[in-house]
Amino acid sequence: MEQQYIDLYKQHHESIKKHSTGVMNDLRDDAFALFEKLHFPTVALENYKYSDLKAGLSIDYGVNINRIPIPVNPYEVFTCDVPGIHSYLYFVVNDAFYPVKDIRNNSLPEGVIIGSVNQVAETHPELVKQYFGKLSSKKEDGLIAFNGAFAQDGFFMYVPKNVVLDKPVQLVNIMRSDVDFMANSHNLIILEEGAKAQLLVCDHTVDDVRFLSNRVTEVFVSENATYEHYKLENMHVKTTNLATLLIDQQASSNVLANVITLHNGQTRNMVEIDLDGEHCETLLCGMVIGDKNQQVDNFTSIIHNKPNCHSRELFKYVLDDMAKGGFTGKLYVAKDAQKTAAFQTNRNILLSKTAKMRTKPQLEIYADDVKCSHGATIGQLDESAKFYMQARGISGEEARLLLMFAFTNDVIENIRIPALQDRIKLLVEKRLRGELSKCEGCVICQ
Amino acid sequence: MLEIKNLHANINGKEILKGLNLVVRPGEIHAIMGPNGAGKSTLASVLTGNQAFEVTKGDVTFYGKNLLELSPEDRSREGIFLSFQYPVEIPGVSMVNFMRTALNEHRKYKNLEPLSATDFLRTMREKKELVEMDNKLANRSVNEGFSGGEKKRNEIFQMAMLDPRLSILDETDSGLDIDALRIVANGVNKLKTADNASIVITHYQRLLDYIVPDFVHVLYDGRIVKSGGKELALELEERGYDWIKQEVDGK
Ligand SMILES: Nc1ncnc2c1ncn2[C@@H]1O[C@H](COP(=O)(O)OP(=O)(O)OP(=O)(O)O)[C@@H](O)[C@H]1O
Ligand SMILES: [Mg+2]
Repeated sequence: MEQQYIDLYKQHHESIKKHSTGVMNDLRDDAFALFEKLHFPTVALENYKYSDLKAGLSIDYGVNINRIPIPVNPYEVFTCDVPGIHSYLYFVVNDAFYPVKDIRNNSLPEGVIIGSVNQVAETHPELVKQYFGKLSSKKEDGLIAFNGAFAQDGFFMYVPKNVVLDKPVQLVNIMRSDVDFMANSHNLIILEEGAKAQLLVCDHTVDDVRFLSNRVTEVFVSENATYEHYKLENMHVKTTNLATLLIDQQASSNVLANVITLHNGQTRNMVEIDLDGEHCETLLCGMVIGDKNQQVDNFTSIIHNKPNCHSRELFKYVLDDMAKGGFTGKLYVAKDAQKTAAFQTNRNILLSKTAKMRTKPQLEIYADDVKCSHGATIGQLDESAKFYMQARGISGEEARLLLMFAFTNDVIENIRIPALQDRIKLLVEKRLRGELSKCEGCVICQ
Repeated sequence: MLEIKNLHANINGKEILKGLNLVVRPGEIHAIMGPNGAGKSTLASVLTGNQAFEVTKGDVTFYGKNLLELSPEDRSREGIFLSFQYPVEIPGVSMVNFMRTALNEHRKYKNLEPLSATDFLRTMREKKELVEMDNKLANRSVNEGFSGGEKKRNEIFQMAMLDPRLSILDETDSGLDIDALRIVANGVNKLKTADNASIVITHYQRLLDYIVPDFVHVLYDGRIVKSGGKELALELEERGYDWIKQEVDGK
């Protein structure tokens, strides 16, 4: 399969470039060369030990390099029912930004730019050029390199200095195709000094075919800016979802990232947060609820390059049936990053004997005046707590549910959009009850 | 209401209860005393359906129903309540949510509608007052970080909420300071009616000054070896268990 993509690029790189934009194309050939060198990652690589992508990458997916419009109107098929969320709503269908029609979006605060990378590269070329690829092109990673070669567009958001977005921005990614399909997209998010924004990314699949999504998101958070990134994954079992989130934090900035997988086929999240200024605050959370043959690997890195930064990481997994989970928590503290405080926790509950969890902290600490801790546990539900509840008349089933729900509670509490928090509580509860966790009113992910 | 006949029970293959007999009628208070490790908590666990214990012989009926066939939750819904010797901490489950779920499951069992939010909160408030429980405790996770005495008080609060027909208090007095002991005992007495009954497991006569038993039993080596009135507790306080052990082991 890999060879087919290489041939495809060699034969069609002109078309790929023609339907993309200068800033993306400038990096394309180098990315392709890097991919030829690195190949698709395999479990032999330390960073991919818990992500066996062989099956997902060996399917003959269709691609849409000539960017033929996909016949779907997301505004018709998607009505988000997060009550009271009042978001600025945008869609990406496969890898193409969907033209904005939502009247609500006209009220964006002054100076805020939201659109597709291709559009904005036309209207604000300098802005895109200054940031695009600055984090991703340095990474020695086969999937990121592949994305660099094939991605032709993506979502773009810019928040100018001291502007506070009054509502969350909601980006709904919809996978829609009649044949097995692969989408590569590259998102770019820029917050200037003192800016504040919340982004909620919802991943959905529409059709009953096999999908591969390979997405790279770069986020630049300037001094004193505050950024919240929520990723809610609710995709069908035939999906391979590869998402790279690269965040750069400047001095005194504050970032919260929360990646939640409720339903999926195979997922690999790679999250890397670079702390490149002093007094940064970082909170990286995640939750996985998996059963059947679901596979989820969260590969995370927090890089403390500067002194006086605080980072906290909290990941929780509930795995049933044959589900497989992986977690890597890489923590790097540079020699000069004194007074770093970094705490990492990964807790997991296995509900069946066949579910599997593999977890690994990876600490590289070169500074001496630091406070760091990490802890990982893999266990079962607390039987004595369950009995205590039953002894009060709560059924065994309900007691189990309450315990699982309690287990995931602290991740949910780290959602700072109240309407979203309520919604996710409900979705998690439904998911744990074994009901479909699709957002009601969302015809997309039935 | 409760009839235990020749009850034998094991844990991990080791026999703990070795032919226990006891009858409890509505309106009665039974005190069970006995040395450490005699099997008092085991009896409470078996009556409430803890799966860790295996009943190998004997019968237990509760209002004519075979209790041993019921799930732990159905025993609770039938009206059996255990105040645990060691209440369990459940981080992340709020007291309010826990109590509401429990109460509504009891109501469902009796074919009653769930309580409205206002009715539920009013009941919570009334019962909290009964055991003078701090409001803050009710807003926390179940037993999480509660002191020993607070946990015991919380047990009696739950008992008040669920209004059982038979309550089993396993060393509810241990860990309580003198004032708390009085408050908790008063709570238990206020909940007492002619239709419900209690089994009070304790090491100390002191509790029985407040909760006056109709019967006092001595549990030793898996059996009830001596029964009497409330004066038996006074005698035990004075003389200890050696004379009873000698009586039993001497036979
Ligand atoms: N999980 C267990 N595994 C093995 N033995 C157990 C277990 N639980 C209880 N036992 C044993 O069963 C016996 C009876 O214990 P039980 O807790 O019923 O005693 P008790 O009368 O309540 O004592 P105390 O007054 O100390 O509370 C003890 O010897 C105890 O060690
Ligand atoms: Mg005991």
